Amino acid sequence: MATFQLKINGKVRKVEVDPSTPVLWVLRDHLNLQGTKYGCGMAQCGACTIHVDGMAMRSCSYPVSAVGKQAITTIEGLSANGEHPVQQAWLEHDVAQCGYCQAGQIMSAAALLKGNPAPSDEDIDAAMSGNICRCGTYLRIKDAIKSAAKK
Amino acid sequence: METKKNISRRSFLTSSALAGGGLMLSFSWLTEARAAGKTEALNLANQWTELTGYIRITPDNVIKIMVPNPEFGQNVMTSLPMMVAEELDADWKNVVVEMAPHDNLKFGSQFTGGSMSVRTYWKPLRNAGASARLMLCEAAAQAWGVPVSEITTKAGVLSHAGGKTATYGEMAAKAAAVPVPKNVKLKAPKDFTIVSRSKKNTEGIKVVTGKPLFGLDYRQEGMLIAMVQHPPAFGMKLKSFDASQALKMPGITGVFPIRLFDEGYERSAFDTRTFNELVVVVGRTTWEVMNARKKLKVQWEVTTDTKEKVKGWSGPAREEIVPGGLESTASQLTQMQERAKQAATVLRKDGDPEAAFKGAAHVIERTYNAPFLAHNTMEPMNFFAHVTPEKALLVGPLQAPSLITGTLAKVLNIPVEKVEIQMTRMGGGFGRRAYGHYLVEAALISKKVNAPVKLMYTREDDMTYGIYRPMYTATYRAAFDADKNLIGFHVKGGGIPEHPIAANRFPAGAVDNYLAEGWEIPSNITIGAFRAPRSNFNAAAEQSFLDELAEYMGKDPISFRLDLLKRAKANPVGKNNEYDADRYAGVLELVRDKSGWGSPAQAGKHRGVAAYFCHNSYAAHVVDMVVRNGEPYVEQVTSAIDCGIVVNPDAAQNMVQGAVVDGIGNALYGALTHKDGAAEQTNFHNYRMIRHNEAPKTIDVHFVQNEIDPTGLGEPPFPPVFGAVANALYKSTGKRHYNQPFRPEGVKI
Ligand code: FES
Ligand code: FES
Repeated sequence: MATFQLKINGKVRKVEVDPSTPVLWVLRDHLNLQGTKYGCGMAQCGACTIHVDGMAMRSCSYPVSAVGKQAITTIEGLSANGEHPVQQAWLEHDVAQCGYCQAGQIMSAAALLKGNPAPSDEDIDAAMSGNICRCGTYLRIKDAIKSAAKK
Repeated sequence: METKKNISRRSFLTSSALAGGGLMLSFSWLTEARAAGKTEALNLANQWTELTGYIRITPDNVIKIMVPNPEFGQNVMTSLPMMVAEELDADWKNVVVEMAPHDNLKFGSQFTGGSMSVRTYWKPLRNAGASARLMLCEAAAQAWGVPVSEITTKAGVLSHAGGKTATYGEMAAKAAAVPVPKNVKLKAPKDFTIVSRSKKNTEGIKVVTGKPLFGLDYRQEGMLIAMVQHPPAFGMKLKSFDASQALKMPGITGVFPIRLFDEGYERSAFDTRTFNELVVVVGRTTWEVMNARKKLKVQWEVTTDTKEKVKGWSGPAREEIVPGGLESTASQLTQMQERAKQAATVLRKDGDPEAAFKGAAHVIERTYNAPFLAHNTMEPMNFFAHVTPEKALLVGPLQAPSLITGTLAKVLNIPVEKVEIQMTRMGGGFGRRAYGHYLVEAALISKKVNAPVKLMYTREDDMTYGIYRPMYTATYRAAFDADKNLIGFHVKGGGIPEHPIAANRFPAGAVDNYLAEGWEIPSNITIGAFRAPRSNFNAAAEQSFLDELAEYMGKDPISFRLDLLKRAKANPVGKNNEYDADRYAGVLELVRDKSGWGSPAQAGKHRGVAAYFCHNSYAAHVVDMVVRNGEPYVEQVTSAIDCGIVVNPDAAQNMVQGAVVDGIGNALYGALTHKDGAAEQTNFHNYRMIRHNEAPKTIDVHFVQNEIDPTGLGEPPFPPVFGAVANALYKSTGKRHYNQPFRPEGVKI
């Protein structure tokens, strides 16, 4: 067990956990931030995507001991009430089916647009192919990313 | 949005206390609630006036509609309320929705599966809306002293030509005293103003902001986390275990075995018997339990044949022998080949197929194979349970609450009334969550540790402890006369442990001499529903076989099918043909026209077509395939669907697009194989799922416009994708593909 002071969604949160604990479980089990999802636990599906200093990161495979002073953003902290352009575009295109993968998709898309405000189809393919959607909403995801890019 | 101004502080708190809210209006309240920092849930249930089980109205004219069936992405939280709101003449802006509690008397079967939600509730929900509207009219008529026939309704407001108006909210309390009318008249489709107009997902805002909607997100104070260790292979069972190391791990509160069903238990249709004894690890947090489970030392042993009592839906229980031992995909394939040579059960016979084949000038025979498929819902199986002497409370994702209640009561040895199931949103289902063994496990664990418990499967648990789509094979034969007329058709199909054959479907009814047969091989690998099981195999095999026949006959594949359907319509062979030949032809014609079928193919593009009927709906697809980096890539798809009236067109389009993507993925890559009983795929690194870059660039979806009551949509678009992909693959590669998946890992064109 060790104590960590984590910068999460603009607040400092203190947790006492084993240093090997993936950030995913720190968020879900210790901080009651359930928006970040578990899908595979091995960086294969993207359901657990968060931002670490603005970069998309698979929180299931990222131990809490590696975070240090870096700022973590989760889906709950992307915007106060869903007004981030990516979230708005997701609503506009009514992307979700079951919705389980969508927090991860949105976090991947938001990180993509931050670094590349006008991505090509190929850029989107490259950034988004680590996020599985079992319901098959990929076409709407792509359309929504393009809409968000224009916002 | 002027309505918002009229909403009292109290009512927005009411609505924020609801599990369901979600339309624009409730979104605004929720936003306000958060901004104000108000999170306390006030119990103002008595502000709601209930009109019929499904509708509640506040004095402020907020209308809450209860949704009977749980949501797993099929849009029921939006499309079912639309049906109520339509007949109620509600203002959609003022509607909030909520998942209903499990109560069959009030809310019907509450079964999500078989593409039945909209179909089953089409009449009851519209009846509920129409009845409530009449009650409101009656109340207004009494209050204003005018005949009820003179009251009109629009967007949640009652009016009389004399100038009087009132909102539904103002009349709701009075309306509740009016007897529920019988035999209400429902609207004609031409008068719809909500149904058939696209409405946004009522839970969209919650999804994109990461609200805890799903079973895995559900928590209660003092809740423990539990995981089960199941045998490493089908055909193995628990012998003994040593918990000492696991118990020493931090955060662990218990390690013990559970047994789901006692000897002699009569299983119902949805009780599965995958692994009856499991080792449970319970602790404080997920990560601690995961780590401790790795420290378990378990001895397993190979099973022998066991006798099971299966009650099924009704009637006396029959005995079933579950074979013991370890099965492998390779030996299963050999076993199937051997079994296929032997006699099978005749499922349908028309004319004299033996004579037709004997006298044929030419016979085409092809065999198709397909592996087990895992559901791989993005949210793995999980459930919350808190079993106390007062009741067993279970909360989480499942498709069929009514099918597991009796099982829970029996296993826990409590009356059915003491079982309370609450349904959360599901992170996918595809049939998997119709099998509630994980509720039984969660309940037994909670009972044992005497605490609220969340049972969760890891991805590996979920994939290797499955209720899979069966392994199938089928041999198709066609007999031709000297003029290349199709004179006989024979399909003989088998499966482990169920055969796929739907004997009364097309081309039955279109060929004079027809024979369908089936056989089965028992197995200890458990199988079940999977987005149109059987159909998704049949459509792959039969539709690529028909393609080959058309080619031999020198006919266009669509014209060939249309000719058969013409025959089936004009002069059907046999009885019990399940499909409507006109509607079947309708989707083929629509997809032909919309895809520009028949115009010269673009360079490098290869087209395949397929159509299928299942779950009362008709679907046809044309796929355009290209070869990209040595891999087949479906770039564009045109789909034509006849599912009757489409309730929420944009969401329906989303679902069809998803089914197409799912179909391409499963046709090309989907496979679960076994070696000595153990699943060889355990997570997404070796179970290949279709990904973003592999999805088509466009999927154009066209619905046949008609006024037929809605039929299924979740499943029907899925099966023919397999066939269309197979046929395009032939055009791309010059080779027919008979074995699924068509592109196993590492195979290049
Ligand atoms: S849960 Fe982290 S990538 Fe799948
Ligand atoms: S919406 Fe269901 S997994 Fe993506």
